[in-house]
Parts: sequence; C-alpha cells; structure tokens
Amino acid sequence: MRRWRVCAALSLTAAALIFSGCKPAGNNATGDIKVGEFASLTGKEAAFGQSSHHGTELAVAEINARGGVLGRKLDLLTEDDQSKEGESKTIAEKLISRDGVVALLGEVASSRSLEAAPVCQQRQIPQISPSSTNPKVTQIGDYIFRVCFVDPFQGKMLAKFAIDTLKAKRMAVLTDVATAYSVGLAKYFDETFTNLGGEIVVEQKYSGGDRDFKAQLTTIKAANADALFIPGYYTDVGLIARQARELGLTYPMFGGDGWEAPELITIGGEAVEGCYYSTHYSPEVKDPLVQKFVADFKAKYGSIPDAMAALGYDSAMILADAIKRAGTTDGPKLRDALAATKGFPGVAGKITIDSDRNAQKPMVILEVTNGGFHLLQQINPE
Amino acid sequence: MTGFQKFLQQLINGLSLGSIYALIALGYTMVYGILRFINFAHSDVFMAGAFAGYCFARIVPHHSIFGGLAVMLLAMVFCAALGVFIERFAYRPLRGTSNLAILITAIGVSLLLENVTLLIFNATPKTFPTLIPDKSISAGGVSLTTNELVVFGVTAVLLVALQWIVLKTRMGAAMRAVSFNYQAASLVGINNDRVISFTFALGSALAAAGGILWSSLYPSIDPYMGVLPGLKAFVAAVLGGIGNIPGAALGGLLLGMIEAFVNGSRYSTYTDAIAFATLILILLFRPAGLLGKFQIEKV
Repeated sequence: MRRWRVCAALSLTAAALIFSGCKPAGNNATGDIKVGEFASLTGKEAAFGQSSHHGTELAVAEINARGGVLGRKLDLLTEDDQSKEGESKTIAEKLISRDGVVALLGEVASSRSLEAAPVCQQRQIPQISPSSTNPKVTQIGDYIFRVCFVDPFQGKMLAKFAIDTLKAKRMAVLTDVATAYSVGLAKYFDETFTNLGGEIVVEQKYSGGDRDFKAQLTTIKAANADALFIPGYYTDVGLIARQARELGLTYPMFGGDGWEAPELITIGGEAVEGCYYSTHYSPEVKDPLVQKFVADFKAKYGSIPDAMAALGYDSAMILADAIKRAGTTDGPKLRDALAATKGFPGVAGKITIDSDRNAQKPMVILEVTNGGFHLLQQINPE
Repeated sequence: MTGFQKFLQQLINGLSLGSIYALIALGYTMVYGILRFINFAHSDVFMAGAFAGYCFARIVPHHSIFGGLAVMLLAMVFCAALGVFIERFAYRPLRGTSNLAILITAIGVSLLLENVTLLIFNATPKTFPTLIPDKSISAGGVSLTTNELVVFGVTAVLLVALQWIVLKTRMGAAMRAVSFNYQAASLVGINNDRVISFTFALGSALAAAGGILWSSLYPSIDPYMGVLPGLKAFVAAVLGGIGNIPGAALGGLLLGMIEAFVNGSRYSTYTDAIAFATLILILLFRPAGLLGKFQIEKV
C-alpha cells in the first residue's frame, strides 16, 4: 500500500514537472503571441464587456491582417468574468500560469480590474485596463496601465460642465456605494463643484443592483436642487431616471461614462431624454481615424461602436505598438515600452501615458436626444 | 415639498414595496404553517414568475389593464404548476425524513432554478415590458403611478381572496387541519398530499403575482433578482410570526415602510442592517413574531 502511494506521488510530481515545463511556451520567440483578455461578457455589465471585447477583437484582427507584431500573429484568449466579484482574480491566475499570456487586457469595471491587478503585478505581466477610471487601479503597481482618463479628471470636468453649461448652483448627488467607481467620481465631482462656488444640497446613497430608489429620490426632490448628478452604471441609472420622472423630478440628470450603453435608453425610455453624460469618445468626431474605425466596426458587428469598444480597440493597439517598440514580449521590457507611450493616435483621442501610468486624453460630453447619444462638446486635458 | 408631503410620499413608496414583500412572505408562511420547513426555493419561483411574465407578454397583447392582468394570470398559473411540480418531485420523496434534508433540498432547488434560467436567458438583465400604461398622478405634491395603484389593488384583492380561501372553503379548512395536526388530519380522512400540493400552488401563484408587480415597478429582470426580495420577504414572514397569514402581510408592509424611511434618510447605507436589527429586536421581545402564538415544541 505504502509503495503504491509513493509511486502515485512520484508520478504526480513528474506530471507536474512536465506540465510546468510547457508553461513558457507562449513566451517563446516563435509561434503566436498570446494576449489574455478578461471581460464581463455576461451579467449586469454585459453591455460594457461585449462592446469592449468587440473593440479588442477588431484591433487584434486588424493587427494580424497587417502581418502581426514582430512577424508573429497575436492570439487573443478571452475569458468571461460574468460581471461577478471574485472571478477576475482566478481568471488572471489562469491566463498567466496556464496559458502563458504576455499581457492582460481588462476590465471595464474598476472593482474587477483591481482584483486582477495584484496578480499581474506579482507575475510581472503588464495589465492594460481599457476603461477603468478609478485612480486606485494603476496605483497597484508599475505593471498596471490604462488607456482612458481617470475619475479625478472626469469629476472635475463634470463639475465645470454643471456650472458652465447647466448653470446649476444647487446640486443633488446620488451615489452607488457598492462600486469604487461611483464613490470616487462623486468625491472628485463634489470637491470641484464646491470649490467653484456651487453647493451640494443633498447627497443620497444606494447599492448597485438595488431596484427601488424612490425613497432616496423623494428626499432629493424635497431638497429643491437645480440638477441631479448620478455617478452610477446604466442599469441602475435607467431605473433611477424612470423613478425620478415618476416622482415629478423635472431638472436635468447627468453622470459619467458608466451611463454609456444602449440599455440606458431601453430601460430608461423617455425618462433619460435630455440627460447628459461624459465619456471617452463619440463616433461623431470628424477624424478620419475615428471614421475608419466606425466603418470597420459597423461592417463586422453591425452596430456603431461606443466608447467601451473604442477603448477596447485602443488597449490592444497600444499593446501591439509597445511590443513592436520593445522588440520582445518579455514582461519588464514590455512594461518600459508601454510606460514610454507618447501621443499615440487612438480612436478615442491622442494618448500619452503619464508617470502614474494613466492616459492623458480628451473627454466628450454627450446628450441623450431622440433615443440616441449625440456629441455636445469636447474637452481637452489641461 | 414640505416635511409632511415628504412623509406621505415615503409612506406610498414604502407601502408599494411592502405590498410585494407581503405577497412573497405569504408563500413562505403558508408552507411553514403546514410543513414546518422554510421553502428557500420560493424566492426563485418569484423570479420564474417575472420571467414567465416576460415571455407571456410577447404572445398576449398587453398595454392595457386587462392585457396586463391576463399576463399576470398566466404567469400565476405557470408558477402554481411549477410549485406543485417542485413539491411533488423534490420535497415529497423526502417527507418524513429529517427536516434538514428537506431544507438542503430547498436550497438545491433554488440554485437549480437560478441556473436553468441563466442557461435559457443568460445573465444579461432583460427589460421587462410595460404591461400597464405607466402614468404618474400627482396630487398635493405627492405622486403616485398607475403601477403603484395596481400593486396596491392586486395585493389587497389577493390578500382578501387568500383569507377567504383559508377561512371559508373546504380546502381552507383542510389546510388548517393539516397545519394543526398532520396525523390527526389524515385520520379524519383528509388527503394530506392534496392539501400540501394545493398550498404550494397557492403560495407559488402569489409569488408569481409578486414577481410581475415587482418587475412592473422595476423593469429590469435577471436570474438572481429573487435573492434579495426573497430574503426580505422571509424576514417579513418571521417578523409577523411565521405560519401566520395576516402576520406575513403585516410583516411585509412594515419592512417596506422601514426600508423606505431609512433609504430616504442619511443612513441609507444601513438599510438592511436596520431592517435586520428590527427583526432581532422584535424576536427578543416576541419570540414568535408580532402576531404569532408562542408554542412549546413537543418532542
């Protein structure tokens, strides 16, 4: 019996050795370059995940059609985290240790990017988040990058927009306390808005996934504000907007890039008409690069790409550009090349990676009119 | 908006939320009253009701009071059948064994329902169709939507109907008899299996009604939508005195009200904590719940 056990243990160890020997295969100088992607392909933020994934997929297809990078094709390995907490970390582990990816693209939601980031940092595999805007994400370590602007910038610009364009003096804020994104954005907005002479007259809270917001909205209505700022995600925002209008709240509502999804309109219906949100890109920007991207995306997926698609596209393009400049897929060298990205022409604006590994780039404000999103103004970084 | 208007508005908000909790709580309480076990799959029958409504709304012309009610009736029939089916194949084979086995089976059925729905409809939230034209009526600074009116109306009608079934019909008498003494009931010629099936059908139909009303108020549905309302309704049932039908209704309304007032205050982050703390407090002073009668368990 004991001998049998020793045999089993030995053969297991042998098997483990053999398989672990296979691991670096993805990093060899020949064969396809494996790139990992994790996205919320299903679940409550599925609209974001799908868009972002389509953008990334399109970019990889384009890169490969041009002959790939360093003479090798990119092989995109995509995993679905189901919009659930706790999945991203496991996926990052799996993609890095089992599949041997050279870099990881993802996620949209800051909370989930934050889950995967420590894994990437520890394994020295660069992670590029296409659209997580919470500052904490890239603070995890020097291997974590993003190709979008951060919430302090977005919050500041939104506060300016509220004062300059909406002429709002008394502001109501409704924050989702369950997401790092919403809490952060609300904080930066509040700071700038008060500094510019505005007043936050009421601040209410909810937890993402709640269905009933009428109690909070009743309190907000009683406070007589000029506008309502909702830094949440589209599913909640759609329901909030409906209930706000039902309660007779007539003033403008606006929010950040978490609003960006067609579902905002299917859920919110007429209630979201005349609302505003800030985002990274608009397909209405008259740049030939943007127009080519819109045409290609439409040809492949049959829809106009949104901001998440544009950022998903940019994240893969920036990675390819960095691999080319680094001349290798080796983690530390790739990291240095990514950090040196300057004035890269992305479809969501010119991207420069700053010393905090965040992108410096323009922001746009869109208005919901006639059941669609339309460009209102473009704001450049200072 | 004056303080009083705000109070009235919160009262309406709380009542509409509480009405739905009450409908779900009734299902928990009826099954407990008869079988002495918590049917944890009940919250997923609520979810199944919403999805059934989502599907039926595609075939039945809705957008009117009658169309909406037709969709609700169909969903109720569907869920009644589902409830009977679950009882027949998951719980009945285990009856007479330990209560723990049935409890764990209930959790299993709950996960099964969630994941089958996930398989069919995937995890992306669906927009629930507008069954009844949604209009907002505003009077004296307080607004009320047609959906909320329907919620109040349907809940009131269903509660009265349930009270009538339990107190005035032969089946109701049989239900009370089985609840009072399971063995003695079968000795006097009551078909216990039929009574239990009926109870499940009734409870599940109420859950379906709750599911449809909930989705009309908050038109975004997903396979996990039942978890939280189900838990709240369970708390409501315990709050009112589990096994007691008016108690479940009272508990539901009370819980809805507590939620509305806490959510509207500065302490909205603590809504669930406060709701559950209330439960603990009430149970400390009235261990059998608000309307429940305290009984010594005979071993």
